[in-house]
Amino acid sequence: MKYKYWRRSRVIPFTLLLSNLVYVSFGLDPAASAPLVADTAFTKSAFYDQNEQCFRCHGNSKYTYFNPVSEKDVSATMCENRVIHRNEFYTANHRSFACVDCHAAEYDTFPHPGQLRMEAPYNCIDCHGYDEQYAQYHFEEIEEEFQQSTHYTANGDAFTCWKCHNPHTYRINIRNSTSMQQSIAYDNQICLNCHSDFERFQLLSDREEINLIQKHEWLPNQGLHFSQVRCIECHARLNDSLMVAHRIMPKDKSVKRCVECHSQNSLLMSSLYKFQAKESRSDAGFLNSIILNDAFVIGANRNIILNRISLIVFFASLGLMLMHLLLRMIFKRND
Amino acid sequence: MTEKVYHYPLWIRLWHVFNALLCLVLIVTGISMQFSEPNRSLVPFDLAVSIHNSAAILLIINYLYFLIVNRLSGNRMHYKITEKGYVKMLITQFRYYTLGIFRGEKTPFPVSEVRKFNPLQQFAYIVILYWFFPLIIITGLGLFFPEMIITRIFGISGLFLTDLFHILSGFVVSMFMIVHIYFCTMGTRLTSLFKGMINGWVEIH
Repeated sequence: MKYKYWRRSRVIPFTLLLSNLVYVSFGLDPAASAPLVADTAFTKSAFYDQNEQCFRCHGNSKYTYFNPVSEKDVSATMCENRVIHRNEFYTANHRSFACVDCHAAEYDTFPHPGQLRMEAPYNCIDCHGYDEQYAQYHFEEIEEEFQQSTHYTANGDAFTCWKCHNPHTYRINIRNSTSMQQSIAYDNQICLNCHSDFERFQLLSDREEINLIQKHEWLPNQGLHFSQVRCIECHARLNDSLMVAHRIMPKDKSVKRCVECHSQNSLLMSSLYKFQAKESRSDAGFLNSIILNDAFVIGANRNIILNRISLIVFFASLGLMLMHLLLRMIFKRND
Repeated sequence: MTEKVYHYPLWIRLWHVFNALLCLVLIVTGISMQFSEPNRSLVPFDLAVSIHNSAAILLIINYLYFLIVNRLSGNRMHYKITEKGYVKMLITQFRYYTLGIFRGEKTPFPVSEVRKFNPLQQFAYIVILYWFFPLIIITGLGLFFPEMIITRIFGISGLFLTDLFHILSGFVVSMFMIVHIYFCTMGTRLTSLFKGMINGWVEIH
């Protein structure tokens, strides 16, 4: 059913746009190595004017239309979840799109035809899946992992990609990060959008409100953990072929053993620091030096040189003392 | 009968025994955290963190108690370098430990009513108690309240530098403990200094 809309869309320009999207958002374009926000701050979309037809109303919290019955201009409030902020859209991954690439062209009439609301929106896999161009990102595997996640098993099709990755505002983040702290905060905000906003949470769950601070009271230095790692580090199961884990686990299966991260083979090297780990290796004496660039994880960052020096000093001191003791005993006997 | 002097009153003996026990706990849990692995840890990580933090707080209280009572009791004078030619005295003491002791020479700075420590001993105590203890406590408090630490210092993670200094000073204190125990065998008899730390009386050489 979903593919029907794909066929109906203007396939050629859409494909061109998608290739543009992939080049920019996945960092294949050298120009895309700069942070996304800076990259697009002065870039005007080729569809800017065309999109303005939509943004004229949907870009603001209120809109005005002409009522042919009363023959007056009428101002109305735009439903909050229908508002798309231009600055967010034009810095997001899909910024080079025309609105009608994903939404039906019939939306250009007002009032919009009611049946359009019944259209199923695309999911990530509809555009990114089963295509060699995106093969390296394993969207199909992401889809499989997602379908095994607690989000999907608990909610079924009601939980779509868009619940976390808003198509109008989502930005690829951690791989282009110049500030790990900001990237972590950005990613965690995706979870907090629902998990710290009970009104949104209620849309998908009948559970009582969860107090995240209380639930994580067992965690030492809670504030530091929340600002230094993403929720998914503990709450998603790692998959070696995926850069970002998508299989969100039920709470009783989340990581709770400190040593999973606080050890030489820290789990963070396969999750939060996976992009850096793939790109650089350091032999400056520090194991897990990638983590060291941004933070310090007790038990994970170890300095080989210091370890060796400390062992030498320890055993040398021990040897000297034993020798001293032995000599004292020998000379005392001779007295 | 051997002449004795009461150099270690009860307050200092209590401080000393608590200090030693807390240091041991901190060393074991510290090593356990630093070299933690999923399948082999001296102490489970979360338990090690809790014990290390609790012992550290007790150690700070014990240290403050030492600083205050040490000053009020006048014992502080034994941690002050007042004599001239101190470096020469250090060398003399070092020479005694490396040569003289084997030749059966008399200790150059014997314990007396006024002299509690020999110069090398005094210097080591000053370095540990007045240099490294503050360093280990300050860096430890930094790790306890990481939000207080400057995020980056010359492009390096502030947390990392704090931890590095904490671990380095921890290593120095650990090494001091081992050497300290060995040097305690060099009283008038092998066990006399250990006994002194229990009953307070030290035999005069």
